Amino acid sequence: MKIAVAIDGSQNALRAAKHAITLAQHFPEAQLEIIYVADYNKAKDERLLAQNEDSLLLKRKKKIEPVLEWAQQAGVKVKTTMLKGTPSLEIIKYVNAQAVDQLVIGSRGLNTLQEMVLGSVSHKVMKHVKCPVTVVK
Amino acid sequence: MHTYKQQWFGNIRADILAGIVVGLALIPEALAFAFIVGVDPRVALYASFTIAVITSFVGGRPGLISAATGAMALVLVNLMADHGLQYVLAATVLTGIIQLILGALGVANLMRFIPNSVMLGFVNALGIMIFMTQLPYLQGQGAMTYVFAIATLVLVYAVPRFFTAIPAPLIAIVVMTGIALMSGVSLQSIGDLGKMPSTLPTFFFPDISLNLETLKIIFPYSLALSIVGLLESLLTSQVLDDMTDTPSDKNTEARGQGIANAITGFFGGMAGCALIGQSVINIKSGGRGRLSTFTAGVFLMFLIIVLGDIVVKIPMPVLAGVMIMVAATTFNWGSFKFLKQAPKTESLVMLITVVIILYTHNLAIGVVVGVILSSLFFVSKISRVTVTNDAGVYKVKGPLFFASTTKFIQSFQDVKGKEIVIDFEDSQLWDESSVGAISKVKEKLEGDGVSVTIQGLSSSSKQLYEKLL
Repeated sequence: MKIAVAIDGSQNALRAAKHAITLAQHFPEAQLEIIYVADYNKAKDERLLAQNEDSLLLKRKKKIEPVLEWAQQAGVKVKTTMLKGTPSLEIIKYVNAQAVDQLVIGSRGLNTLQEMVLGSVSHKVMKHVKCPVTVVK
Repeated sequence: MHTYKQQWFGNIRADILAGIVVGLALIPEALAFAFIVGVDPRVALYASFTIAVITSFVGGRPGLISAATGAMALVLVNLMADHGLQYVLAATVLTGIIQLILGALGVANLMRFIPNSVMLGFVNALGIMIFMTQLPYLQGQGAMTYVFAIATLVLVYAVPRFFTAIPAPLIAIVVMTGIALMSGVSLQSIGDLGKMPSTLPTFFFPDISLNLETLKIIFPYSLALSIVGLLESLLTSQVLDDMTDTPSDKNTEARGQGIANAITGFFGGMAGCALIGQSVINIKSGGRGRLSTFTAGVFLMFLIIVLGDIVVKIPMPVLAGVMIMVAATTFNWGSFKFLKQAPKTESLVMLITVVIILYTHNLAIGVVVGVILSSLFFVSKISRVTVTNDAGVYKVKGPLFFASTTKFIQSFQDVKGKEIVIDFEDSQLWDESSVGAISKVKEKLEGDGVSVTIQGLSSSSKQLYEKLL
């Protein structure tokens, strides 16, 4: 049983991770797959806000750190994957290629206008992923 | 790292497609940068063509897109206004030579001395300046100008949500130019401000007299251009290294920028460097190899020669709308959070860099002052040294060097007792002044009849101490 959760450092993603860990606890042999996608659109700004490439890597690792801690406390086995690209596309590609059984993602809770302007990652992922998806609000 | 051949032909299909996308994305900005400098669009378009094609061969970061840029354009404004195009071209050649030399000397290794607070100041000032350059095309041109600029902006931001295969600025330009032509509104157009090239660039010598007088005029500009161009090119290389998880040769890139600029000046093009925005578009579109950069340059030139007559019809407010988006993307909006979270000195360095650039209109001066300032802050930060007295044992904490010795000496002003120990276990001696300070303290105390024992020196400190004493 592979349960995947996509993390982007936001509070919504962390809520989704908590939910994914709870799910994983209820399945023996369940493995939690943490997916982090470094967004191409933010590559320039992230690089500028970090001192150098090492501190950039550290900043990214810190985003998934709380999830790793919770999973350890809950006794859930974890596999972390760091990807680069457009988040929705990379999540879809990974989940479909790795035969994930259940994907958990957070929702930013945008209103209709924001969704039109910003685009909803969770919506796009839901449409193209071949496994059941839980969107955590 | 891949072989040179792999860098060219390892990703042919995706590189050609991405190159075409980037070629399209280069046009609006190249035109706008020409207007910023006050030169004919040809000067920027030729530059974008030659720089892209040359760096595809000699650059150090495959997939990097270099062409005419806003940062370089902003440096050239005054030279163009005061001395004209021939000096701009000569300065471009000299810029190339300077960059070539700096690259050969390993200038890229100095990049790590430029803190990100200075880089943030650089891009933020650049964003603000690009925005300011667009205002003249909007102000006082009538209400329709604003309508077209705003409509363009809306399109530029909304289109990518539905369709990403073609760069949104281009779609916005095509749509808005179409609307302008069909509705027959009178707007200032590109054709009103300059001519489009109809031929490939040709080789010629800039028409200047080769003497010291000329050099005096162009050298400050060339030096500033060299700094600005290398800074943006190496920053962009770092961003691409991160995006693609592949390394690049930064000194080769610096030399490549030099070669490209030196040749570009002889083909009637203005100085350029790497474009962050277009390079990111290239990677996002699947471009990875040298072929993508080459294709971008060639396709740009092809489009301009074929479509020149249509390009001149693009209304200026539409181009200004696109450039406002470029300015907004150049600006790092995370900087506001950075100001709150970063140490005060780093925030200060960023703000001062921005202020100096906006005041002097010179990106290079801002960067240089920013780097000096942040070094001074760093020195003062690490120069904190404390000496604590514990029953005759004086423990020194912190590095001892020219900036911290005064404090060290002061700590031994009123020593009580006949025998003391100075413990350097938590310290490190760095230079002559540290050894000098110790011997000064020792001599003074011994003159007062206090015996002094030095202990806890690290092996390198000891070596320095014994060598210099």
